[in-house]
Amino acid sequence: MDLLNQYLIPHFNYWAYVILMMIGMHAMIVKNNLIKKLIGMSIFQTAIILFYVSIGVKEGADIPVLHHHAPEVAESHTPAADPHHAVDPDHYANPLPHVLMLTAIVVGVSTLGMALAISQSIYKDFDTLEENEILAKIKQGGPGIDV
Amino acid sequence: MPTVIHSSLPLWACLASLLAAPVIVLFGREPTLREATTFAAGLLKFGLVLAMLPWVLDGRTVEYTLIEGIGGIHAPIRFRVDGLGMLFALVASSLWIVTSLYAVGYMRGLHEHSQTRFFAFFAISLSATLGVAFAGNLLTLYLFYEMLSLSTWPLVTHHQDKEARSGGRTYLAYLVGTSIGFALPALIYTWVKTGGEISFGPEGILASTDIGPAQGMILLLAFVFGFSKAGLMPFHSWLPAAMVAPTPVSALLHAVAVVKVGVFCVIRVFTGVFGVDLLSRLGVATVISWIAGFTVLASSLIAMSQDNLKRRLAFSTIGQLAYIVLGVSLLSGHAVQGSMMHIAMHAFGKITLFFCAGAIFVATGRKYVSQLDGLGRRMPVTMAAFAIGALSVTGLPPTGGLLSKFYLVWGAAEAHQPALLAVYLISSVLNGVYFFPIIHRAFFRPPIDAGEDTPGTGCCAGEAPLACVVPLSITAVASVLLFFFPGLLYDLSALMTGGK
Amino acid sequence: MSEQLPAILLVAPLFGALLIGVASPGDPRRAFPIVLLSLSISLAATVALLTKVVSSGPVDYFLGGWAEPLGIGIQLRVDGINALILVFIALIGLLTAIFSYRGPDDGEPTDKAPLFYILYLLLCVGLLGITITGDAFNVFVLVEIASLTSYGLVAMGSSPRGTLAAFNYIIMGTIGASFYLLGVGYLYMRTGALNMAQIHSLIALPEVAASQTILVAFLLILVGVWIKMAFFPLYGWLPNAYTYCPSGASGILAPLVTKVSVYVMIRVMLSVFGAGWVFQSAGWSQTVVWLAVIAILAGSFIALAQVELKKMLSYLIVAEVGYMVGGAWLANHWGMVGAIYHILADAAMTLCLFLAANIFVKHAGGGRIDRLEGLFRRMPVVAGAFVVGALSMIGVPPTGGFFSKWYLIRGGIEAGQWPFVAALILSSLVNAVLFFRIFEVAHFGRKPADGHHHHPPHADGEPSPEQQGTIGETTGSDRKPRLTAVAPLVAAAALVLLVGIFSGPIVEIIRGALQGMPHVGAAAPLIGR
Repeated sequence: MDLLNQYLIPHFNYWAYVILMMIGMHAMIVKNNLIKKLIGMSIFQTAIILFYVSIGVKEGADIPVLHHHAPEVAESHTPAADPHHAVDPDHYANPLPHVLMLTAIVVGVSTLGMALAISQSIYKDFDTLEENEILAKIKQGGPGIDV
Repeated sequence: MPTVIHSSLPLWACLASLLAAPVIVLFGREPTLREATTFAAGLLKFGLVLAMLPWVLDGRTVEYTLIEGIGGIHAPIRFRVDGLGMLFALVASSLWIVTSLYAVGYMRGLHEHSQTRFFAFFAISLSATLGVAFAGNLLTLYLFYEMLSLSTWPLVTHHQDKEARSGGRTYLAYLVGTSIGFALPALIYTWVKTGGEISFGPEGILASTDIGPAQGMILLLAFVFGFSKAGLMPFHSWLPAAMVAPTPVSALLHAVAVVKVGVFCVIRVFTGVFGVDLLSRLGVATVISWIAGFTVLASSLIAMSQDNLKRRLAFSTIGQLAYIVLGVSLLSGHAVQGSMMHIAMHAFGKITLFFCAGAIFVATGRKYVSQLDGLGRRMPVTMAAFAIGALSVTGLPPTGGLLSKFYLVWGAAEAHQPALLAVYLISSVLNGVYFFPIIHRAFFRPPIDAGEDTPGTGCCAGEAPLACVVPLSITAVASVLLFFFPGLLYDLSALMTGGK
Repeated sequence: MSEQLPAILLVAPLFGALLIGVASPGDPRRAFPIVLLSLSISLAATVALLTKVVSSGPVDYFLGGWAEPLGIGIQLRVDGINALILVFIALIGLLTAIFSYRGPDDGEPTDKAPLFYILYLLLCVGLLGITITGDAFNVFVLVEIASLTSYGLVAMGSSPRGTLAAFNYIIMGTIGASFYLLGVGYLYMRTGALNMAQIHSLIALPEVAASQTILVAFLLILVGVWIKMAFFPLYGWLPNAYTYCPSGASGILAPLVTKVSVYVMIRVMLSVFGAGWVFQSAGWSQTVVWLAVIAILAGSFIALAQVELKKMLSYLIVAEVGYMVGGAWLANHWGMVGAIYHILADAAMTLCLFLAANIFVKHAGGGRIDRLEGLFRRMPVVAGAFVVGALSMIGVPPTGGFFSKWYLIRGGIEAGQWPFVAALILSSLVNAVLFFRIFEVAHFGRKPADGHHHHPPHADGEPSPEQQGTIGETTGSDRKPRLTAVAPLVAAAALVLLVGIFSGPIVEIIRGALQGMPHVGAAAPLIGR
């Protein structure tokens, strides 16, 4: 619970991620060029990754791997515990948010890949990546474009 | 002796024509077999209904639950046959046979297209009609009510021309619009109000609830207008619009099945949902009486000004339906009984009139009252039947219409409603005013030039084909016979009011 | 074997997809049996699972045997509600797979077909996974699997507009998923758990329940799933994506994707935050029901303005989503039952309508409503199935659509939410207008015959099919629809009717699963009479 209370204290990292997210969202919605929209999308996703990573951060914590032969960390902080077997979560960074983000990064990369492939296909069909021009072409109708 | 008999007969009576529909489609290329199927199904259906008659006359009810507890809460698909349902089912299923004969003559005489579709949907509509007659709860009633609206649409729009399109549009807009807009919410409200109980019983469904006058008023209006097949003003316009249908459709569906389903539902709402006792306690039925009374008079006046024969008959039907609703809303025993009897009496009278209108159209291509001069000499049987039908609808002896009207008037007197009593009497006069000029024209005016006639092929210079003339003679004779032998109808309707 | 069912139903299509990639690249003839087999296995597993759940209660399954609370195990949980939905997903997946026997666009087999099948199977994995998983983060991953494959499926069509629609879908879909992810992050921050059951038990603690973090998490998740389910006004991606995607894709996307997202919302409300917290601490019930009312009305009326059949159906989906969201937020038993039942009923009827619409588009010359003349005569079976679906949309008994409206309206009346009741009825009326307009066109033909007895007498008065066929001669290809297209459609129509006729047992299962929950559990004990 102490751990959780610590998380509740507002940090600048939230502001950072919110601002990044808004930049990304702005680009996704407002930008006319499809590639710029995708750049926005990447920023948007990265902001969330940043958020997750930042909530997993703990200053002075160790990597969450059991050190059977690393006495200096264990001894200096937990004199009472048996250095070879006890695990005190206070000393380790919580690995889960970071692990989750590995998945999220994979998802983000695949989304971007899919989106780029589709943009390519759009370029082939419309000869442009500017949204207003594409919409104009759809309005006019053309070969292969049913209005 | 058990008072409730569990039997699947109501289900089979209902299914007889539904199952015939695919067979009719199968025999689409063999007209003789196709029509034989129709007759076979008709006779089977009538037989199944008759088989239940002795039980019902013994004062027992036949019940059958098809699917128990849809939703797990007292709303199964359930059939229940009582006096009222039996009366209506008898009328509908017997007239279907006659109408089928007539339809064969009419459709062949005019070389109509898509006859297979016509007969198939006709059979489906009859299933829906019997389903309404035998419905044991509100959900089942609603199910078949909607099925009837939808399955009659292809019949109404049979001609597939511009007029049929707009007529069909009005037809569906009114019927489906009101049933979804009013009847369905009212139904669900009833369901919620009673905690899941919507089966009809001897007492009203709502009788044991704490429903107040204001709620009761709204609910009653929602039901009565929701079942707009009853043609109560201001939701009556679908009926004249539906007259674009071929005459056999108008005859059976819009003089018997569809419109009578409407008033049947209204009677069910009065007797089965609210119960006469609750309604007289709440005092809300009077509003319906006045709406119905207005409809009676207004439609009679409109009918006088219609030159198109079928439209005149349509407005006459609206008036007669309002008779029935008015009778029920008076809440007196004799009036309710009169209403139920009028369902049958009017059915036979009005179907005769429609058959005649169709026969005239087949033989001469004439549609308007003003063209009927002197027709009585050329088509004596048809016009004689017309006269009998008109007598019955007007309520004059020696026809069955007199008896039901007598009970209605008696009921109005019993309910101490002199104004509504006057409505009945005035409207009877008006009925005479719009029917007798037709008879007068036909028999006492010189014939008009027949050169412009466009009779259906295969028609002689005289009467319509035999397949048209025989049915209308049968129904005309039946109208007279009902005057002399009304016992069965009286017994069935008395079953429903006997306790009150 | 039987305890491995939850894994089997996921693994079968997953391996199927891999197998197609490995074994038969470029050969549609070999790919199709694999699709059929893997989805059949999946369907059998879901049905077996449903019977198991009905007879002996919810089933828990830990992937790899990593039981909680280690924090790394992924739990699958099957209760009555999602067991039903799983069956529908597998069944609809199978039916649409048969429908797209010839590959995405129902044309001649191309080299695209195996790729289409791979995406198709992965989409099924995603949808099944979303429904079955008991882990909040896992939902995100599976939602993204489902979404990525949907993007691909939408873009696979021959229409350039489909590609553009796919792009917009990506943008909106990513925003939705990201919001969900963010919400899960906040949940994790406060509770330190990702397993739904664990989070639920922690939120039951008063100090956690009162936390602002939880509220923010809920809001973010809600907005995320609303985008995914195209809840008005966040529906922008849906109509074009469903209209211009290949027929095989629309057959599975339209019935399932929005419905599964609705289920995610309901799952999050019931199993993560708990109905008690959602309807008391958050207390937005009134607001959300109003939003649902707007969604229903907007969806219906925009649909009214459409001239293209598939677009019209797409807007109806937007309206139907309003039904379900509204029902779920009525905060009472019948509303929730209606919403869950409508997931099933709506999936069945949307499948039926979209399959029929796809056949119309292919065989009746384009998707415009006014080109559907004479359909009843030209393809009576297809048109008949379409009528069944349409009647369900309108809410005519005994179709499924009637009963969902029945329960939703009951919920609305009991909650005193009259605008919601009115919106449902109005939407029924609008649907009636919409579909009868189509029936009319299909019944009459474009050039109305001007008089009934001017038809040339033919045999017994029936015009020959050739004569009638000329009425609608605008078609691209006049050949008859294939059996592999008609059979799934007929099955879908039958499904619509069966859902209605057997609404009793289905609702009993749903009610059993809701039993004991605050607000949405039955107030009275389950009654059988």
